[in-house]
Amino acid sequence: MIVMTKDTMEIVREQDVVPFRNRVREFGTRIGMSLVNQTKLITAASELVRNMLKYASGGRVILEVISHNAKTGIRLTFQDEGPGIADIAMAMRDGFSTGRSLGLGLPGAKRLVNEFDLKSNPGVGTTVTVIHWKHGR
Amino acid sequence: MNTTAQVLEKNKERILEKWMQNQLSDAALRDDLMTNDELQRQSREMLDGLLRAVSKGNYDNIYDTEFEQVTDTLRDISITRARQGFSPRETGAYVLSLKQAVIEVLVEQRKDDTSMLYQEIMQLNNLLDNLSILTFETFIKGREEVILRQTDEISEISTPVIRVWDGILALPIIGTLDSARTQVVMENLLQEIVNTGSNIAILDISGVPAVDSLVAQHLIKTVSATRLMGAECIISGIRAEIAQTIVHLGIDLSNIKTKASLASALHLAFSMTNLEVRRTERNKGLKLMR
Amino acid sequence: MGPFLLVTIQIDLYDRLALTLENDLINMVSQTGARGVLIDISAVSIVDSFMGRILGNIASMSRIMDAETVVVGMQPAVAITLVELGLTLQGVYTALNVEKGMELLNTKLGDNLELDDDEEEDQDDRND
Repeated sequence: MIVMTKDTMEIVREQDVVPFRNRVREFGTRIGMSLVNQTKLITAASELVRNMLKYASGGRVILEVISHNAKTGIRLTFQDEGPGIADIAMAMRDGFSTGRSLGLGLPGAKRLVNEFDLKSNPGVGTTVTVIHWKHGR
Repeated sequence: MNTTAQVLEKNKERILEKWMQNQLSDAALRDDLMTNDELQRQSREMLDGLLRAVSKGNYDNIYDTEFEQVTDTLRDISITRARQGFSPRETGAYVLSLKQAVIEVLVEQRKDDTSMLYQEIMQLNNLLDNLSILTFETFIKGREEVILRQTDEISEISTPVIRVWDGILALPIIGTLDSARTQVVMENLLQEIVNTGSNIAILDISGVPAVDSLVAQHLIKTVSATRLMGAECIISGIRAEIAQTIVHLGIDLSNIKTKASLASALHLAFSMTNLEVRRTERNKGLKLMR
Repeated sequence: MGPFLLVTIQIDLYDRLALTLENDLINMVSQTGARGVLIDISAVSIVDSFMGRILGNIASMSRIMDAETVVVGMQPAVAITLVELGLTLQGVYTALNVEKGMELLNTKLGDNLELDDDEEEDQDDRND
């Protein structure tokens, strides 16, 4: 896997979310990702960034344009030093929420992107990595 | 005593000649796809590269730098042949007939030293087999690329959105509905709904061979997306066996308007948009004309 | 006879802004006694689960106050994404554009609403 462009954004308050979404869109447009695939990726990113703000009061996102096996895509890595997720299987279930949301955030985000990886260490933090390819597969 | 590389270099022209003969004598060779001059040029280039690499004494690892030119040329040839429609046999014969030519020449040159000949043949055999594997790998990859491109093209052209009436769209789906296809169907349909300002879309699945729970899920997604846009979706073309599978699998389509034929779906669409189609009385007119 | 409210969202909202919109809009329904609410989201490029919930909330709250809500102008890419996300906005009416949304409201309310001139109240997008 080759990293072609890399950028890091700190997300500490709600107002950082819209510029972050725009940055993801910029990356998507640059590699020629279709509108539907851009929308899916940004929506997933929006869910994940909300979780980061809500449960870990912020964190940082690494945005990368990657190339692998002649496919181009975008990788987003969400890192926080929050309380972590104790039961990942439960958190990935539709309709489960410890907050008062719809509980679609994590499972929904996973459905929207091509690759989804969640690692969490209770008390240390959570890292979510998603990859979406230019052509959506 | 000459080294193997020297012997081969000295007899390069003979090898090339024999190789060309072998290739041309193969009854399966497609001279319609490639001229002999082209073949000769390609083969000479290949042989030059091979002898240069062998002169370094490397018979084992074709991924080393001295083989770069050989493997590059070989990959080029295989990919090109895959795209041009050569058969695997024709493509494979290219390297295998070279092996035959090289061995024939060696047998001639090493008449008096069979143990040396044996060793050389083993080495070259191994080397050319590896190159032959590379040829096949690349050939298959080339074919896969062709298949992928065709898949993309098919999914593009096989989802036409038809404007059957003012405000009513129809989309006949032919073939299996997988998730990539659903994506294309949805995008085309929703965009056309926006472009035409249509209120009703008819999804005709007469041409879908089977509906399992996954296909049903894709259909439900398409209907949901259409509704989010503010249009209504009717699914038509439900054959008896499809109705049976749907019920047996316990798939719930009760929230979706379904019809057996496109005609009855269109009828429903008319009544939903308060339209009425009537036969006009033509007989009266005819009488008057007489 | 209540008028219809028309809200056009012209920028991508972050969460607190969306909550403010919900709040202001419901107050407006209450003050005006509106029978219908049209939310035009044709300029919105992202609707995630939070925004989806806000739209659902507005519809449910309005309904309790006897007003119907129609979300109009959703972009195709947004619709496809919402379905994939698992959000189908049950209980929210949708229409292709403001005009069709208005038609829909008129038919929904047609039985018990005498149609005078359709009054309309525009409300700007909120940037506060």
